Amino acid sequence: MRGHSLDPFADRYAERTHGMTASEIRALFAVVSRPEVVSLAGGMPAVTTLPLDSVGSMIGEMVRRLGAHALQYGSGQGDPRLREQILQVMALEGITEASADEVVVTVGSQQGLDLISRVFLNPGDVVLAEGPSYVGALGTFQAAQAHVVHVTMDESGLEPDALAAALGELAAQGRRAKFLYTVPNYHNPAGVTLGEDRRAQVLALAEAHDLLVIEDNPYGLLGFEHEPLRALRARGTDRVIYLGSFSKTFAPGLRVGWVLAPHAVKDKLVLASEAQVLCPPALSQLVVAEYLESQPWLEQVKVFRELYRERRDAALDALTALMPAGVRWTRPEGGFYVWVTLPGGLDAKAMQPRAVHARVAYVPGIGFYADGQGREHLRLSYCFPEPDRIREGVRRLAGVIEEELELRATFLGTDPSRAGGGQSHGQADTPAPDLP
Amino acid sequence: MSGAGFERAVVLAGGLALEREVSLRSGRRVADALRHAGVETAVLDADADLLPALAADPVDAVFIALHGATGEDGSLRSVLELAGVPFVGTPAERCRIAWDKPSAKTVVRAAGHLTPDWVALPHATFRELGAGAVLDLIVARLGLPLMLKPAQGGSALGVERIGAATDLPSAMVNCFAYGDTVLIERFVEGTEVAVSVLGSDEESRALPAVEIVPASGVFDYAARYTAGMTAYHTPARLAPDVTERVAQLAVDVHRALGLRDLSRTDAIVDAEGGVHFLEVNVSPGMTQTSMLPMSIAAARLDLGQALRAMIAAAASRTDMLGTKSTVRV
Repeated sequence: MRGHSLDPFADRYAERTHGMTASEIRALFAVVSRPEVVSLAGGMPAVTTLPLDSVGSMIGEMVRRLGAHALQYGSGQGDPRLREQILQVMALEGITEASADEVVVTVGSQQGLDLISRVFLNPGDVVLAEGPSYVGALGTFQAAQAHVVHVTMDESGLEPDALAAALGELAAQGRRAKFLYTVPNYHNPAGVTLGEDRRAQVLALAEAHDLLVIEDNPYGLLGFEHEPLRALRARGTDRVIYLGSFSKTFAPGLRVGWVLAPHAVKDKLVLASEAQVLCPPALSQLVVAEYLESQPWLEQVKVFRELYRERRDAALDALTALMPAGVRWTRPEGGFYVWVTLPGGLDAKAMQPRAVHARVAYVPGIGFYADGQGREHLRLSYCFPEPDRIREGVRRLAGVIEEELELRATFLGTDPSRAGGGQSHGQADTPAPDLP
Repeated sequence: MSGAGFERAVVLAGGLALEREVSLRSGRRVADALRHAGVETAVLDADADLLPALAADPVDAVFIALHGATGEDGSLRSVLELAGVPFVGTPAERCRIAWDKPSAKTVVRAAGHLTPDWVALPHATFRELGAGAVLDLIVARLGLPLMLKPAQGGSALGVERIGAATDLPSAMVNCFAYGDTVLIERFVEGTEVAVSVLGSDEESRALPAVEIVPASGVFDYAARYTAGMTAYHTPARLAPDVTERVAQLAVDVHRALGLRDLSRTDAIVDAEGGVHFLEVNVSPGMTQTSMLPMSIAAARLDLGQALRAMIAAAASRTDMLGTKSTVRV
């Protein structure tokens, strides 16, 4: 007698679904929607700063004028006008040698990641990715049943020595990575940026090891302290596939991103995309195209930058003022995220229920690794709450950490706040632990 | 009101407890079932808009699908009682005892039933007396394995089975993240069952027991809320006399704790047929993977009609001031 499993198809699912189970972490996030909770968890852009009246009028006018086009199926590769405009957007980060024919418009860059995984990855293939890495990318690699090998970062981003070591180790095993996945600017979740010198070093290593590089750059125009760094793809290489997005520079609700890929790859991406979604939404694409053409969108990007800079400062000031000794964090020069390292032994996932009780939310670091690392880390997002809410959230979080430290002192007989070399308030030297 | 005496209900779901997600699922299922049964039903969260909403648009009764604190600890029910709003389920005062696992175990043991030996302690006790010495004492008296649970709360959140004493300190740290007091219980090997009870006082009756067989061996959060990860046998595969004793335990628990309308008792049946009370839920899960709806189906009852009957019973009750409820806040 087998009983009833409540799912008559339980024995028919693909292997890739085995990790798709109810999760306590996800369940705890349900309270984030309540206003009592200060959410430093989700990376939601501050869309309320958009000129919503103007955007609304623009959309209405566009539908009246181009409705037959906007409400119809479109090209699998994406709207030709938008693809031309995307070239101008990428030029802001130095990508000038590109053709609109190499651009594939996607349903957010997340679909781009999924397409790349579908096109390149077989089960068991190795993907190199920063440790920590973007959780959405890890999800697509996991769905493709790939094996992710993390490469460590420091305050200047991906460490070339660690990349070289990982490549060497794979070569010694007679294996090669299908690609390196990297977020060079204002990394999600680490908050660090790949330095200028390192960009050249990473590309040199890629050249030497015949390595394909997936450059994911949603935050590149959201730097606070300097002009955008030249993209990896801008450095004259055909071994870089570039992912871009309008989710942070305009609106995530439209779900419009793109992939810039060499022609042969592009052809496969288009076929894969047609099989997946037929075509990206025509309405969303035309909204973006109209916005880029008729609205002062670069001025709006400046508004976003100033807003996020103010919130970043609020977060860093609060962390400095309120966090217990031993807590470390990165200092982002752009983007949405601060990566926090807890004093020795504290587990951000295990601590989460206490944080929910205290009405503050963050993302535990373990979600940003494919191999179970990251327990002592958490990601704070400062992009959405107002500065006073950010300070309140950090105050609550500091209290949670204090209580956890006290508990550990009681049960484990240590004072973790004194662990880790006795460093006091300050930026994390390394946002991620070394690979074992 | 309709000819049947009731027609409108509010389902409370969400809340700020750790079990918000489960509560939202329960609330949606209850609301769907009530609507199918012809009851006009709205789903509301337990927030600052609730009392004004109930005052502006009175309903016949409220169904509390909130899990965890507020929904089960009696606090929200106290407010509903003050406001004269009829609700399905156990009154506030009785919830306070049933919701607290150590208190409920004490009552059930006093009623003559088995329950695993336990101790419930706050963090301060370990800090003041020395965690090492206290944990040593616990292991010496209760043995291994042990079950660690937050003294309050459900959905298996924070529950851990400890096989080695060396794992105990870090598990204590994790468990205290869920609450101020930890219940440490002797582990009893056996068949896990859940028995739902409907009704009140002498009218209370047990529904067929659900036997729980998680594929991983552990009935944790994922096993509870992922369809396909656990096999449920309803009725449980128990000998007739054990089936009877399991049902009697649930009814005794329901009565001894003064529970009303519905409850779910979780128990373990050991190899010798001994039935051990673990805990009782005054706001049992009502999701697609929850046991109370399974028991209702096994009893050949319609979920919507059963819930409708509960709404009717609540609507006909007098409020705490002894007057027929007018549903005015």
